[in-house]
Amino acid sequence: MADTVVGENPDPHAAGEDPNRRDFIHIAAGAAAVGAVGALAWPFIDQMNPSADTLALASVEFDLSKVALGQQVTIKWRGKPLFIRKRTEAEIAAAVADDGANMPDPEADEVRHKPGKAEWMILIGACTHLGCVPTFAGGDYGGWFCPCHGSHYDTSGRIRRGPAPLNLPVPEYEFLSDTTVKVG
Amino acid sequence: MSGHSTYEPKTGIERWLDTRLPIVRLGWDSIVDYPTPKNLNYWWTFGGILAVCLGIQIVTGVVLAMHYVPHVDHAFASVERIMRDVNYGWLVRYMHANGASMFFIAVYIHMFRGLYYGSYKAPREVLWILGCIIYLLMMATAFMGYVLPWGQMSFHGAVVITNLFGALPIVGEAITTWLWGGFAVDNATLNRFFSLHFLLPFMIAGVVGLHIWALHVPGNNNPTGVNVKSKADTVPFHPYYTVKDGFAIVLFLILFATFLFFNPNALGHADNYIPANPLVTPAHIVPEWYFLPFYAILRAVPDKLGGVILMFGAIAVLFVLPWLDTSKVRSMRYRPTGKLYFMIFVVACLVLGYCGGQLPDNHVIPGLSTFILIDADLNSMVWLSRLATLYYFGYFLVILPLLGLTETPTAQPESISTPVLSHPAGMPAGAVAAPEKKG
Amino acid sequence: MLRKGIALAALGLALVGGPALAAGDAKTPEPVDFSFKGPFGKFDQAQLQRGYKVYREVCAACHGMELLSFRNLGQKGGPFYDPDYSNPNDNPYVKTIAAEYQVNDIDSETGDIIQRPGTSADAFPSPYPNEAAARAGNGGALPPDLSVMAKARKYGPDYIHALLAGYREPPAGLTVAPGQYYNPYMAGDTTPFWTGEGHAPEGGFIAMPPQLAPDKVTFDDGTPSTIDQQAKDVAAFLYWAAEPKMEERKAFGFGAMIYLVIFAGLLYASYRRIWRNVAH
Repeated sequence: MADTVVGENPDPHAAGEDPNRRDFIHIAAGAAAVGAVGALAWPFIDQMNPSADTLALASVEFDLSKVALGQQVTIKWRGKPLFIRKRTEAEIAAAVADDGANMPDPEADEVRHKPGKAEWMILIGACTHLGCVPTFAGGDYGGWFCPCHGSHYDTSGRIRRGPAPLNLPVPEYEFLSDTTVKVG
Repeated sequence: MSGHSTYEPKTGIERWLDTRLPIVRLGWDSIVDYPTPKNLNYWWTFGGILAVCLGIQIVTGVVLAMHYVPHVDHAFASVERIMRDVNYGWLVRYMHANGASMFFIAVYIHMFRGLYYGSYKAPREVLWILGCIIYLLMMATAFMGYVLPWGQMSFHGAVVITNLFGALPIVGEAITTWLWGGFAVDNATLNRFFSLHFLLPFMIAGVVGLHIWALHVPGNNNPTGVNVKSKADTVPFHPYYTVKDGFAIVLFLILFATFLFFNPNALGHADNYIPANPLVTPAHIVPEWYFLPFYAILRAVPDKLGGVILMFGAIAVLFVLPWLDTSKVRSMRYRPTGKLYFMIFVVACLVLGYCGGQLPDNHVIPGLSTFILIDADLNSMVWLSRLATLYYFGYFLVILPLLGLTETPTAQPESISTPVLSHPAGMPAGAVAAPEKKG
Repeated sequence: MLRKGIALAALGLALVGGPALAAGDAKTPEPVDFSFKGPFGKFDQAQLQRGYKVYREVCAACHGMELLSFRNLGQKGGPFYDPDYSNPNDNPYVKTIAAEYQVNDIDSETGDIIQRPGTSADAFPSPYPNEAAARAGNGGALPPDLSVMAKARKYGPDYIHALLAGYREPPAGLTVAPGQYYNPYMAGDTTPFWTGEGHAPEGGFIAMPPQLAPDKVTFDDGTPSTIDQQAKDVAAFLYWAAEPKMEERKAFGFGAMIYLVIFAGLLYASYRRIWRNVAH
């Protein structure tokens, strides 16, 4: 490196020196510079991650008595819509009946709700294709229909037809009582 | 500059790019093979340090803008939210706040270096003027940035500085109303200051590009002030000055880190942690330390318009400095009388800075309280400011023009290499005097 | 070297060149030996807990702390940090403290303004609904928010301690208006109210009556509850409230310093080698 740099000037490094020792100190100094920039890069990347106040608001409690049978309430959770749907017996039956059907992301209806709470379907209401909000009770399967690119979801929120690759995700939630649910 | 490029593209891709956009050649000629006088001392490293300062301010500033809310109701809390909730927000915000002070420390040293070694003289007048423009932009940027946290000092500092324009005859009131976007400093003012505070650093970066361009045409000045005569006077910028500047930058960062991590509020003012209240002014309103000399000049003049004119004149005079100094000798090293006046000038600037932080009626010598002459207490800060202001302008407008015609400079060396080869004892400060041991 | 020295001196001047002593200036607070002072200083968690109790039982009736949330109490370096709960929102102690407060909310069903127990994500509620109410409740004076108080006054926590523990009987000859109290550490000018001999006493008037009294707050760790101790503890707590990331900052800084010194050494060695054979 030094040879080409110094060019026509008399090269101060030309004298008989141990090149390994000479290079080592320059490489170490250069590595320290790279290391310093690298170490400082992390805070500047991490600052764009969710901040402490955003993370603190990551859970909501909801009173289920507000939802009528066969209806759905949409609330905002972590900036996204959350579908809370109280399914009718017929809708549950339709979902269970289709457990064996051919679908892009096979999943049993049973694992998509809490045990013994089959009427409560709680889903993140963002289409797994490109994030639009599917409309309630639309589409060929009576679940949801995404108007953006025509994805059909069944009453269990499973993708049945259209470009979406995955079922509507089930968030982490728990029943605090029979009528209160805590999401997140 | 040697005039022709020594860059030789080695690979096919380099040749292909070089005939279309010779950007690698530009970089090579500017920071690799750029012939630099070999006797530059550590005062010359502040150019590189300033580039680092600008980079730090821009990067941290862009990050802060991601989280800051430019609204009078939210600005203060959003800054505190950055300090408390944003990941590493405390680091970024303290870097930005202390970085501004570091930037000004470096720029003042850089300017005094230019004054001492005559770096403003032909053929570097444009280089100097571009530097003055950068300094003006820096002051505007720093002032508007200080307003953004919307603390008490932010708000009342903005009130005081914008009211300076009210001193202008006839148009004064219209200009202040226009600056405020209302009848007082308010939300509209905060919003436009935020926008301009974001814009100006990029303008600074642009002028810095011109500054470096204007440096590379005549080449660096050097501590002797003698022109580069031959290749023996220079070394290539890389690796000689990249490593020297790099070392100085890291030393400077250690100073920076001392403030940033262990005393981050030492350079600020406690009152700026009180949310802005337009109904109450802090008891003792002072600008940030780097504006204190100008604040002292402003207050030294009993007339409002006169004070404003003199304060801006203190900066304006820098622009015409290349034509005020009549000496043919660049470096003060060979101007013994000039050197003495320069040292007094440095002291005058420091005195102005000190006076700017004091109340005008405070006594300079505490015990001496009855030194009254014609109704004026000469033992007060305001009179000390007047004395220093007089010297400040006297240095540029009287001493430098006349001294160059009358003084007798000492002998200058023939070339940069001569004094070193014939008088090894007279090495410039910062040079490596002792030959290094083998191994 | 000369001008670097001057530059540093200028910096030094800027540091000390703050408000100068004018007539009637306040008394300089005596420095307190807080555990968090110095480059390696850390918060004393027991002291922060005591300080929180003083804040809760004495200050909080009038002073808000709106920039702080309950969860902050359980974060690293905070008074109730527990390594078992790295997420302060789950810290049971923090949850209990939050639930002791009633915070305003809106019933999503009816739209009515309701009060519900606080959660760890809530900010400390202000004791007054608005500034007018706060002034009305305090004889026209506004009790300032304490979130960043320890940074918003010169001498920070030393000042808070000195002010709280520094109430004195006004010297004879000083007229104190009703609803005002004399304090030598308070900024102000007593000259207009001074009819005594000589210079007017230092300090000023404050609308807050003396708040601390021996054993007013019972410390759970058995620390004797003197006025001085209460003032120190609440000053330490308020310093934590103003600078909750102080420990993180100093630890980061310590690493950065070591790195920079080694880096400087490497660069210096590299510099000496490169310049070795250049006469300059």
